[in-house]
Amino acid sequence: MTENSNLKRTALFDLSASLGGKMVPFAGYEMPVQFKLGVLSEHLHTRDKAGMFDVSHMGQAVVRPHGSLAFEDVARALETVVPSDLVSLKPGEMRYTVLLNTQGGILDDLMVTRGTAEQSNEAFLVVNAAVKDQDFEILSNTVKSLPLDLEILHEQALIALQGPDAETVLAPLLPCARALTFMTSDVAEFGGRTLHVSRSGYTGEDGFEVSMPSDIAEEFARLSLASDAVEPIGLGARDSLRLEAGLCLYGHDISQETSPVEANLKWTIPKRRREAGDFPGAERILGELDTGSQRIRVGLRPIEKAPVREGAVLFDREGREVGVVTSGGFGPSVGAPVAMGYVTPPVSNVGTELFADVRGKKRPLTVSKLPFVPHKYRRK
Amino acid sequence: MKYTDQHEWVEVEGDLATVGITPYAAEQLGDIVYVELPEPGKSVKQKDEVAVVESVKAASEVYAPLSGEVVEINASLGEAPETVNAEPAGAGWFLKIKIADASELENLMSEEAYQQFVEGLD
Repeated sequence: MTENSNLKRTALFDLSASLGGKMVPFAGYEMPVQFKLGVLSEHLHTRDKAGMFDVSHMGQAVVRPHGSLAFEDVARALETVVPSDLVSLKPGEMRYTVLLNTQGGILDDLMVTRGTAEQSNEAFLVVNAAVKDQDFEILSNTVKSLPLDLEILHEQALIALQGPDAETVLAPLLPCARALTFMTSDVAEFGGRTLHVSRSGYTGEDGFEVSMPSDIAEEFARLSLASDAVEPIGLGARDSLRLEAGLCLYGHDISQETSPVEANLKWTIPKRRREAGDFPGAERILGELDTGSQRIRVGLRPIEKAPVREGAVLFDREGREVGVVTSGGFGPSVGAPVAMGYVTPPVSNVGTELFADVRGKKRPLTVSKLPFVPHKYRRK
Repeated sequence: MKYTDQHEWVEVEGDLATVGITPYAAEQLGDIVYVELPEPGKSVKQKDEVAVVESVKAASEVYAPLSGEVVEINASLGEAPETVNAEPAGAGWFLKIKIADASELENLMSEEAYQQFVEGLD
């Protein structure tokens, strides 16, 4: 094992290591890339039963209003840097959105959740580990002219339970979990402490994410793992699960150069925000919404068995370069390779045959519908 | 059997060398989902890239342990790449090379030397 004193550890590091987790550097943390089952079996187990993921490396923060300010004030402040509708969030509702730069590029994708009960004036944020310092600086600057506080929750762990058995596993620990529907959250008591539980995740499966004080994270994780249905899952399977689910990985499928229209995330921009055009990079984004973008994110299914990975250049039948793969690998549930990438609009229709350069050979693939595996979210 | 520091194994029989990846390599790669093999007839030099093995996680190169001509490939890996995980030093062999220069065998590690090498990696 490589020793690296610069790498941080989450509250579940010792538990992950003791369960046979193969620890690797990831976004400044030492995280398990896989456990004893291995990536393939961990992936399939999550879709079949339930998987537990340590996602404590992700950034968590809360924005709180002072005095007479309401949630609407918090939401309006945050809306200045994201193109989504946050004002209409009801207590406990969460929304996926993107943090934009002035050119309309994506600085990060994130989850915004409105608190419940006495916290219903507050917004909880979960951002990607690799860019959390950047995000929190931008968000702090965004709220600082107002009587709002952004508190970074350094001591908060985040554990995801994903898969069809997640509810059965979680309900005895957190009874309120059962009543939640996809993209809603609530507070719960555990060991005399307050936890935030949401019905969400990044695998395409039904499941939950639970935010809790770091000092109870290991106990919570052990109780979850006590169920036969639950296996610990590493970053390797987390990546193949989200790829099959057609979800973007920041720094790969989306970046500062990508707009939400190019990324096929225009559903994050509702009518009110389009009409107002009151978000960073609105000129570019509204233009792309109007006349289409130069390139668009699509699903890709290699026809042969060779995986087509990130960076592979895409060509049309005439041999013209038309795009690039941004995520790709083997999809264990699909039982075949799957990929995502950006292509020019004329070749973006489902069924279009393209070719990827894999080690100098042109491998055929088909533009394909996303997700590759149907989402199993528990909607209302 | 002889070994390389890139975790290939070589079994020599006459002037034919059967080549595969070691159990250590197969274990490190994890679940193997695809093996790309050269066309028989291809000439390779020692340490040239000769095949690619892909796990769920990543693609890794396999290097020719010896110079010579590829005379046979294990075509069954096309349909069953998982054989490499199950029997890396047996049914999961990759290819056979007709040895051009037997003196290159001296550059390879013995079983004992390879075991020591691997222990030094962990």
